[in-house]
Amino acid sequence: MKYFIRKLSSLILTLLLVSIFLFISFQVIPGDSAAASLGTSATKETVEALREELGLNRNVFVRYFSWLGNALCGDFGISAQYNMPVSLLLKERMPVTLWLAVLSIALIIIISIPLGIQSAKKEGGVSDRVITFLTHTAMAVPPFFLGIIITLVFGLILKWFIPGRYISYSENPGQFLGYMIFPAIAIAIPKTAMTIKFLRSSVIRQLKLDYVRTARSKGNQENVILYRHVLKNAFIPVITFIAMVIADVLAGSIIIEQLFSLPGMGRMLVTAISNRDFSVVQAIVIYIAAVVVVINFLVDIIYRCIDPRVRV
Amino acid sequence: MNTEKIHYNINFIAGLIIISLVLFFVTAGIFYTPYDPNEMNGAIKNMTPDFAHPFGTDNFGRDILSRVMSGAGTTFIVALSTVAIGAVMGTLIGAVTGYYGGFIDEILMRVNDGLTSFPSILLALVFVSIIGPGKYNVILALGIIFIPSFARVVRSEYITLKQMDFVKNAKLMGAGDFRIMFVHILPNTKLILLSSVTIGFNNAVLAEAGMSYLQLGVQPPDASLGRMLSEAQAYLFNAPWCALAPGLMIVLTVLGFSLLNER
Amino acid sequence: MKKRSHFTLFLLMVLVLSIALYGCGGDKTGTDDEKTPADDMSSGTPVNGGSVVVGISQDLDSLDPHKAVAAGTKEVLFNVFEGLYKPDKDGNLVPAVAESYEISPDGKVYTFKLRQGLKFHNGNLVTADDIVYSLKRCAGLLDTTDPAVVVESALTNVSEVNKTDETTVEVVLKEADTELIGFLTSAVIPENYDKQDTAPVGTGPFKFVSYTPLESFVVEKNEDYYVAGKPYLDKVTFKIEPNADSVIMELLAGSIDIFPYLTDAQAEQLKDTFTITEGHMNLVQGLFLNNKAEPFHNVKVRQALNYAIDKQAILDLVAGGKGTVIGSNMFPGFAKYYEDLADKYPYDIEKAKTLLAEAGYPDGFTFTITVPSNYKFHVDTAQVIVEQLKQAGITARIQQIEWASWINDVYVGRNYEATIIGLDAKLAARDVLERYNSAADNNFVNYSNPQYDETLAKAIEAQDDAEKINYYKKLQSILAEDAAAVYIQDPALLVAVNPKLGGYTFYPVYVLDMASVYFKAE
Repeated sequence: MKYFIRKLSSLILTLLLVSIFLFISFQVIPGDSAAASLGTSATKETVEALREELGLNRNVFVRYFSWLGNALCGDFGISAQYNMPVSLLLKERMPVTLWLAVLSIALIIIISIPLGIQSAKKEGGVSDRVITFLTHTAMAVPPFFLGIIITLVFGLILKWFIPGRYISYSENPGQFLGYMIFPAIAIAIPKTAMTIKFLRSSVIRQLKLDYVRTARSKGNQENVILYRHVLKNAFIPVITFIAMVIADVLAGSIIIEQLFSLPGMGRMLVTAISNRDFSVVQAIVIYIAAVVVVINFLVDIIYRCIDPRVRV
Repeated sequence: MNTEKIHYNINFIAGLIIISLVLFFVTAGIFYTPYDPNEMNGAIKNMTPDFAHPFGTDNFGRDILSRVMSGAGTTFIVALSTVAIGAVMGTLIGAVTGYYGGFIDEILMRVNDGLTSFPSILLALVFVSIIGPGKYNVILALGIIFIPSFARVVRSEYITLKQMDFVKNAKLMGAGDFRIMFVHILPNTKLILLSSVTIGFNNAVLAEAGMSYLQLGVQPPDASLGRMLSEAQAYLFNAPWCALAPGLMIVLTVLGFSLLNER
Repeated sequence: MKKRSHFTLFLLMVLVLSIALYGCGGDKTGTDDEKTPADDMSSGTPVNGGSVVVGISQDLDSLDPHKAVAAGTKEVLFNVFEGLYKPDKDGNLVPAVAESYEISPDGKVYTFKLRQGLKFHNGNLVTADDIVYSLKRCAGLLDTTDPAVVVESALTNVSEVNKTDETTVEVVLKEADTELIGFLTSAVIPENYDKQDTAPVGTGPFKFVSYTPLESFVVEKNEDYYVAGKPYLDKVTFKIEPNADSVIMELLAGSIDIFPYLTDAQAEQLKDTFTITEGHMNLVQGLFLNNKAEPFHNVKVRQALNYAIDKQAILDLVAGGKGTVIGSNMFPGFAKYYEDLADKYPYDIEKAKTLLAEAGYPDGFTFTITVPSNYKFHVDTAQVIVEQLKQAGITARIQQIEWASWINDVYVGRNYEATIIGLDAKLAARDVLERYNSAADNNFVNYSNPQYDETLAKAIEAQDDAEKINYYKKLQSILAEDAAAVYIQDPALLVAVNPKLGGYTFYPVYVLDMASVYFKAE
């Protein structure tokens, strides 16, 4: 219980730190949403008037605390660019990013587990070496370039999907998934490679332990040993690793959403940053941070339940 | 265990050969490029590779080979400086927190956890949008982002190593904390540090590419591998060779270092 | 042995990558037979109905036509809203909500006769009250003005707007201005309707359907439109595509029917599957110099830059030779007022060096060009200029900044040395040239010349057209003589249009007119 409370308080502390850091740092940057939204018709007077209207002239601390208070109630203010409540804007974008993340993680798990085990089973064998080489290569390609190649191959050459013709979930769930699978693949490939590598070494480590030798000498089938004993133990570190991957997947969506023109939070974030739409940036970053921190928290708890040796 | 050893060697040798080639290419680029990498020539825009231009020319008629040679140099400088910042600061923080433990450790590690739980590209994006784009700002932003991972690795090494006999001996001999930390313990972390540095270097190369895609990296007309690759996207259909050279260079560099690091 | 197999694998990987990259080149020709061959834009019998997707490169900044400032928003809202008058494709102003107008002999009162039976999209008739309201709103004359409404500086001259009877409205000015009609194209909107921000209502050829930020702006046919037979299309989706690099994939895949801002390289790739039409952007693209900053306060340095920059070479490198070289702050599309000064400063390095030496910079100097990073075209231009200036011994650096920072630092703050941008304008010569008035709010180049200010005042006052034109041409000559900036070009506007469509028309102002677009009969 003490452990639980400690972890929970550090979770809240992290989120607070992130929000303060963000709030302060956006005061330093030149250019604000008032100037951006006025464009070439901006003059000193009009910018000043709009700043006043948007409340950009108040003290930083006053603004921070009023923001924090509202944010806790789910109100992240009004987007300067779209003149809409940020929470409403995000409500439409969130499912896209979440689906993308869920699909990517599903792909990562589905592909990496069999390949990782296969690779570890005959260490140094042909399949191991092919898999190892492929994972190394997959990790060496910049993610955005992987996205371009996928668009090229599956979109333009094989015509399995039409790049840019995103169909929302409410319109047609089947076509939605049919489109989303490709950006998900683009995100999943490098992360799958990492997970395979990690799982492989984890399984290999387990296979060398005494209990496996004992099981073997008892005449147990190799597969029985592998699936009943080894995997259970090998998965424990992998869970932590996958939690880290989730953070990476969310980050990967920033670039991939641009490439596949998905109307998700990542694309919203990049647009908002260039428009100095501060309330939107703040909300998205906090949101991503919250997701990541909460997942880490859950993993820590799960980890402790599975493996009681952990005492931090 | 015999196969394991051969396997390790092959990876290592392949990595070594790739990296030697890449390094040779980059070093040569410092002293000599076939053409001025920024020289434009409207008469030879988007030329397919031939003898005069082995990797073709880009949309300004610039020689891609020359640009990759100098661009790889820029990318390497960015990656090396990034790793240098991350490694030096990370080692210092890791050493102090790991060696002393206690209150400082607790605070720094909380901050560390906060930072690492954050997707690095998101942090870099926020950093760069605050301090502005450009080569040096990207180095700074990525460098800071790399500190926590080094700190974490070094800290855990220090926690193990500080209980070793040689540390106890040194203490008995009257060595100061500073001396123990950096003269006695530090050399023992070199293997793990080396591997962190190569991983960090790879991440920096890939991060530079990502930043360039979002137009926050090295500024034109200077070339960097990431910039060239992301610029090539616009010409992928009528000049695919624009992507080939920088793409291969990135893949080879990262592949080479990760093979070297394989064990 | 094992080592070799490793290398074979590696080589295979390289091969796969290169095939993936080269393969697309071959595939493109393979898809040709599915498409009808490209033919002339205007040919083909119009068919009613159908829906098209138009790619636009910027998200909309507001749906309220009086609040929108971005050119990219106005060009879209052109389809939903109309003013008393509206520009046509030849650069004339034609009646829209109004039927006709008269200017009083002293140039101070405009009297508008309204078009009969015109309806808003919500079905209500357009009344004189609506017009008075709309004009007052965009001239900032309402009792309670929404601060987000942008008031054009030319409209601050309006002193009152009166309804004289149910079909007549008069606009009274403080000072005589015979060019004001060019600014009375602002949208007419229903009085006291407070949902323009979210559900805009106008009188244009298309009705608003939906808007999703980052995704699309959708409009449908206005059945009650007063021009017989128009529009042809049932539905138009403006799809927001901020990434110019990935849009090419979507065009190739056919998710977009019309895309207006192609680069030359993109056009080259699309010429087999799309009809590429070329028009003018009607922008003044230039290397704008801060006339107050060292060393650009020296006219000789500015002239030297003009000689040292080879404008034709920029066009060749950046735009495949398309576009029109200009020599002053006016675009050729505005033929009536355009003074051709393109040959004022021929490319001449020696002359540039001499001028630099005379100005006290025999060894050149170093300066920074600040460019907004979202405009690849300007960034590319900057790269070429940096190379060209090297020849004259001048070192230029490029600094890319975001659009918001550009507006803040360069345009409003005027804290910069040089920048590259394209200036657009309303259909009034005054709007194009007024920014060089030493007191103008938007005089971001800090240009100041009493002779210019004087001539401008005369041009605005002039009643006689020939006289007016004369003054405006003189203004252009003064700017060129003073080398207020390095005027480069009016860029070519390359538009990809699905070959099944006809009727795409270019305008001398920045609009995307969908009312004239139709599907051709098979």
